[in-house]
Amino acid sequence: MTAGYDIAVIGGGIMGCATALRMAEGDMRAIVLDQGDLGQGASGSNAGTLSLQIKRVKLMPYALKGHHEWEAMGESVGFRKTGGYTLAFTERESELLHERQTLKAKAGAPIELVSNNHIRNAEPNLTQKVISASYCAEDGYANSSLTGQYYRGRLRDQGIPYRERCPVTAISQVGAGFALNTPQGEITASRILIATGAWLKPTAAMLGVDLPVNARINTVSVTERLGPLTSTVIGHATGLLTMKQKANGTVLIGGGWQGRGTPQEGRGEVTASSVQPNLALAQFALPALANARIMRSWTGFEANVPDFYPLAGALPGMDGAFVLGCVRGGYTIGPYISKLMGDFILDREPELPLFDPGRNFNED
Amino acid sequence: MTDPIDILVVGAGPAGANAALAAARHGKHVVLLDEQEKPGGQVWRAKDSSILSAPQTPEGSAGDALRAEITKAQIDHRGSTQIWQIERQSESWDVHVIRDGEVEKLTSKTLVLATGAREFVQPIPGWTKPGVVGLAGATALFKQNLSPPGQRTIVSGTGPLVFFVASEIRRLGGTVAAVITPNTRRDWVAKLPALVGRLDLALRGALWIADLMVSRVPIYWGCAVVSVEGAERVEGSQIQKLDANWAPKGETWNIDADSLCIGYGLIPSIEAAQLSGIPISHRPDLGGWVPDIGEDGATSIDSLFLCGDGTGIRGAAAAELHGALAGLSAAEYLGAETAKERNILRPRFNRAVRFGLAMTALNIPRPGLAMLTTPDTIVCRCESLTQTRISQEVQVGAASTNAVKSGLRAGMGPCGGKYCQTAIARLIAMHENRPEAEILPPMPRPPLRPVSVASLSGEFNYDDLPIPKPAPL
Repeated sequence: MTAGYDIAVIGGGIMGCATALRMAEGDMRAIVLDQGDLGQGASGSNAGTLSLQIKRVKLMPYALKGHHEWEAMGESVGFRKTGGYTLAFTERESELLHERQTLKAKAGAPIELVSNNHIRNAEPNLTQKVISASYCAEDGYANSSLTGQYYRGRLRDQGIPYRERCPVTAISQVGAGFALNTPQGEITASRILIATGAWLKPTAAMLGVDLPVNARINTVSVTERLGPLTSTVIGHATGLLTMKQKANGTVLIGGGWQGRGTPQEGRGEVTASSVQPNLALAQFALPALANARIMRSWTGFEANVPDFYPLAGALPGMDGAFVLGCVRGGYTIGPYISKLMGDFILDREPELPLFDPGRNFNED
Repeated sequence: MTDPIDILVVGAGPAGANAALAAARHGKHVVLLDEQEKPGGQVWRAKDSSILSAPQTPEGSAGDALRAEITKAQIDHRGSTQIWQIERQSESWDVHVIRDGEVEKLTSKTLVLATGAREFVQPIPGWTKPGVVGLAGATALFKQNLSPPGQRTIVSGTGPLVFFVASEIRRLGGTVAAVITPNTRRDWVAKLPALVGRLDLALRGALWIADLMVSRVPIYWGCAVVSVEGAERVEGSQIQKLDANWAPKGETWNIDADSLCIGYGLIPSIEAAQLSGIPISHRPDLGGWVPDIGEDGATSIDSLFLCGDGTGIRGAAAAELHGALAGLSAAEYLGAETAKERNILRPRFNRAVRFGLAMTALNIPRPGLAMLTTPDTIVCRCESLTQTRISQEVQVGAASTNAVKSGLRAGMGPCGGKYCQTAIARLIAMHENRPEAEILPPMPRPPLRPVSVASLSGEFNYDDLPIPKPAPL
């Protein structure tokens, strides 16, 4: 068999597109396939927060590199380095904040604990009920709505073919390569990369591989355009609030509150019982939000595995098949870990270690 | 309040109100919700209390009769109530509403959605100027405030509504500068067989036209307003002939006026049905995208029923009967015997549909009308995006309404895409050379109407917020 492509990338989110771009630099002929539009899964539906303060300690080197990638993409993805505050409203949260931010600072994030006066001067519209807060000058945000537009443009510029509305319905091993069934015809490739985010499990299952991936259903809400209220990225000690006012005046509110639905059904739903306390927490932190109208709430499916670390490496027991998925902080880390993944597939030594998808997930 | 609701009806227009009445006759506990204070919907909108002494119209009488019936039937009608979220539970529906700024959750065994329709306006240069009102929007003004939209108004658009609006403006003391309609007299003659089925309605239409002719209001058949003139607000409009495909041709001419009513038919409001989990299909004969329904308003979810213009534009007369059928279906689902009653109603409904669809056919814009939107015309008013800007985005690969929305914010403004998405979908279909039926509308998002953070937060104590366990370190 003569394979049509060197590699078929299944999943056109940040991971799939950025890895395809990296591999193209190494002269690998890739094609990117997505069941919907590029960048409309978690890559395009998350709250866009780029905050080292909510990244896991062990992932800090990756997150720092990720921030640099976003900064380089700049205006075309709506990047803003605003700095960010994480707030504690109770003694318990304050302890949690101190404990966690100290460890994260040790891991290399420029996080400092700040005085209440400091935060009142910097963000005068925040509630006076802040007990303690931390600050990270590296923090900011990008506009996740622009993910699809950005990567579509990059793929086109590099001459990398992509197919949208092209779900892969079956994968078979043919000789040393793979044949993929799609409604747009069969696609053959010497290798495949599975980068389908919350759909990793059903995709790998087409090759008989069971990945321990389930989905989180994160809720995000956005207000109408408002006058200036806040200029930094605001978080909560528990990680259950992220909030930033975009350049256009809208305030985006997230924090990982769970909706319902499954990726397999293709439909995530906002639940009132989840979005209401999310907004109440936002209003508690920023009382001036009370009169703002919510224009939209939505959910995005985020991949999740038992140890909450990325999947990045060879698909267990399957030559020529690779998997890339990033659990927690995938938006921040995605553009960077995709470069590592591309290097790995190109048989180059990645700058930082990958995360073996065949590991024992019960150890941390 | 603690009494469980049997049937929750959303929308108190001709369809919803009749669904509620029909179900209540079978002893079901019905709650009827609507955004307006009083039942009647858009077509039978209640008059403002300050003008109750105003002369009566057939719409007003029908609305008053309906309101009286609802009161008499002791239906639990809750006006001024907005729905922001619908959630299906295993044995019931949770409908989350806002009333007087307070959130409330209503739980019902069944749900009847009668969400009606909104207007389609083909964007033309100047259509966002003050003084331009939708045709249907104008009727709302008449019915509620009894005021014409200006001193001298051009009335433009398709179907019977254009003549009704012109006739109402005259009745309310305004001047109609001209009636401009893409339909030709031949289009109307072709619909005569269907009109015969509802002579009463046909006669009213004939009277509106006769009134305009007698008072020498010029009627331009087979024409359209192609641009709105004026520096700050409407000062006039440019008019042009249309060909058989409704593409503009030949010379344009100007008519002076301080206001313009314009509309090209109705589009079903399907967002609540979509949020409830009902698939949609593209049906140009019914006004565009419609939820998939079966007989008597049944759906793929056995406790959910849909009726009225929200399921396809069939007009108010059909909506009344469709509503009654759906209300009876819901009652039947809850154990009532309604088959006989529905068998009697169904032929009447089918007759009304025949008339309604003939009117809808006159309303549906033909493809050439899209040419009225010039490259510099604003298509998305919330974000001030021109047709050129949207076309550019499509040409660099944004091949779906969701992709255009994500890339340009077209549909993320206060209107939530209600005014721009039909035009945007047509642009994508044109550039991609794909049928419109393949270009789905964007995913609907709650809240169904913008709602304040304070309303959604409600009263809360920080300590009571159900804050889950923190993310792993």
